[in-house]
Amino acid sequence: MTTVTDAPPPKAPAGEDAPARGPRKRGRLVPYWLLLPGILWLLVFFALPLVYQASTSVQTGSLEEGFKVTWHFATYWEALTDYWPQFLRSVLYAGAATVLCLLLGYPLAYLIAFRAGRWRNVILVLVIAPFFTSFLIRTLAWKTILADGGPVVDALNSLHVLDVTSWLGVTAGDRVLATPLAVICGLTYNFLPFMILPLYTSLERIDGRLHEAAGDLYAKPSTTFRKVTFPLSMPGVVSGTLLTFIPAAGDYVNADLLGSTDTRMVGNVIQTQFLRILDYPTAAALSFILMAAILFMVTFYIRKSGTEDLV
Amino acid sequence: MAAFFRWLRRNLVVIAGLFTLGYLLLPNVVVTVFSFNKPKGRFNYSWQEFSLDAWKDPCGVADMCGSLSLSLQIAAWATIGATVLGTMIAFALVRYRFRARGAINSLIFLPMAMPEVVMAASLLTLFLNMGAQLGFWTVLIAHIMFCLSFVVTAVKARVMSMDPRLEQAAQDLYAGPVQTFLRVTLPIAAPGIAAGALLAFALSFDDFIITNFNAGSTVTFPMFVWGSAQRGTPVQINVIGTAMFLVAVLLVLAGMLVGRRRNKQAK
Repeated sequence: MTTVTDAPPPKAPAGEDAPARGPRKRGRLVPYWLLLPGILWLLVFFALPLVYQASTSVQTGSLEEGFKVTWHFATYWEALTDYWPQFLRSVLYAGAATVLCLLLGYPLAYLIAFRAGRWRNVILVLVIAPFFTSFLIRTLAWKTILADGGPVVDALNSLHVLDVTSWLGVTAGDRVLATPLAVICGLTYNFLPFMILPLYTSLERIDGRLHEAAGDLYAKPSTTFRKVTFPLSMPGVVSGTLLTFIPAAGDYVNADLLGSTDTRMVGNVIQTQFLRILDYPTAAALSFILMAAILFMVTFYIRKSGTEDLV
Repeated sequence: MAAFFRWLRRNLVVIAGLFTLGYLLLPNVVVTVFSFNKPKGRFNYSWQEFSLDAWKDPCGVADMCGSLSLSLQIAAWATIGATVLGTMIAFALVRYRFRARGAINSLIFLPMAMPEVVMAASLLTLFLNMGAQLGFWTVLIAHIMFCLSFVVTAVKARVMSMDPRLEQAAQDLYAGPVQTFLRVTLPIAAPGIAAGALLAFALSFDDFIITNFNAGSTVTFPMFVWGSAQRGTPVQINVIGTAMFLVAVLLVLAGMLVGRRRNKQAK
């Protein structure tokens, strides 16, 4: 089932530039044979499901009587009016996590690219290594770290950080767990490597002599960073923010494990509608809106930032 | 004092970077420390006393090791499937000109730009509409689907940087197409294929959201951890997490050592 046997072995491109005529006709089909199984897989299990989802979202009915397509577009309107707080939360939490990832990730990526010396590979391994422990186990560890009356919460309390965050409305009283702050903190943690790695790749490509040249032209280190380093790292910033924002906006694991019923995001709603309440049309409509919103934001963002060659 | 501030300013980025590294690694430290805990009650969230019980009996929890081996099986099959299909696509994309190239590129890019929950939900509507039995096969199908794009990207990068003259040289030396592929092309592309396969394995093994939607009553390891977060977390979960972390770091370090030795020999 998984190993494909019906496709011919990939052929070496024997003089592929030569005009293909007569006996080379067979060779012209090679790319299509190579593409066929994988593309078919994506069409059937990625593209077709999106069509099914769209059709499910305009169905009405019940589990017992079955669902029928009735072009009931009101589901979309009802889903939006019922669940706009969750949508808003998804965007806000994912946005906050993305900004935090950028602020936290940039120094580390910079450190690896320019200041780590022979420690570079070791630090890179340490950035990737957490991936090898199941992310659910690591997210559960935050329950211990942020536990009520634990050292972290006590420290934040005595530094009056929690007063500020309470004022901002992301924590309540002297606890962090089960507040928006805990969810944002978990999202930031989970998607931080997706920010660091693209940042590192684009910083590493920068020619070190550009820094020297900026210094020779009497630029202060801060000016060098603002005028040379940061603009050149923009491709990394753009792909890093996309790689954090998109999965964070659809996530429901952090909101479920670290949050409360007041921190539910749109992912949580889709999950419960689909798997527990079994209201398929509403769930499909929510999922469709989320997809459309994200695709819209991503296209707009890529246009704005002027880096279209991300793929 | 002024010297200290100057030192601080010069090394601020290093301090900030190390802080981030600490933030990234702290949960792993907690997971490791708590694998030696002896919790009171069902949840392993607060420190009680040191104990080696969980390490002596890692499979002592009902169903956990079964779910672990199921996850390893699915990851292995998904890796094979996605690597074979993805490598074929990558070669076609780099080496050949053909129609509908743009559409195929977006079909490969979109799964990576889509929130996982959307793919999970839409795939579930497909399976529900087809009346498919949710379980091992639906999970495997889903995993191959979302790993495929990552393999294509990894292999494509490697094949693109390959010098086509090497293959021409092989053919000048009378190697047939098959021989050229097996003895020149494949060995050069191997690191890209290996990277793609490794990524696919890691992604599949750790996947939760898509599995959660499409597994039915089948329990993979991430599903087991999710369930235990509701019912009570056994210490053994931390043992598995710690062991996985150690094995992975050791493998990477070994790989780095081998690579360094090979580089030295090459010089």
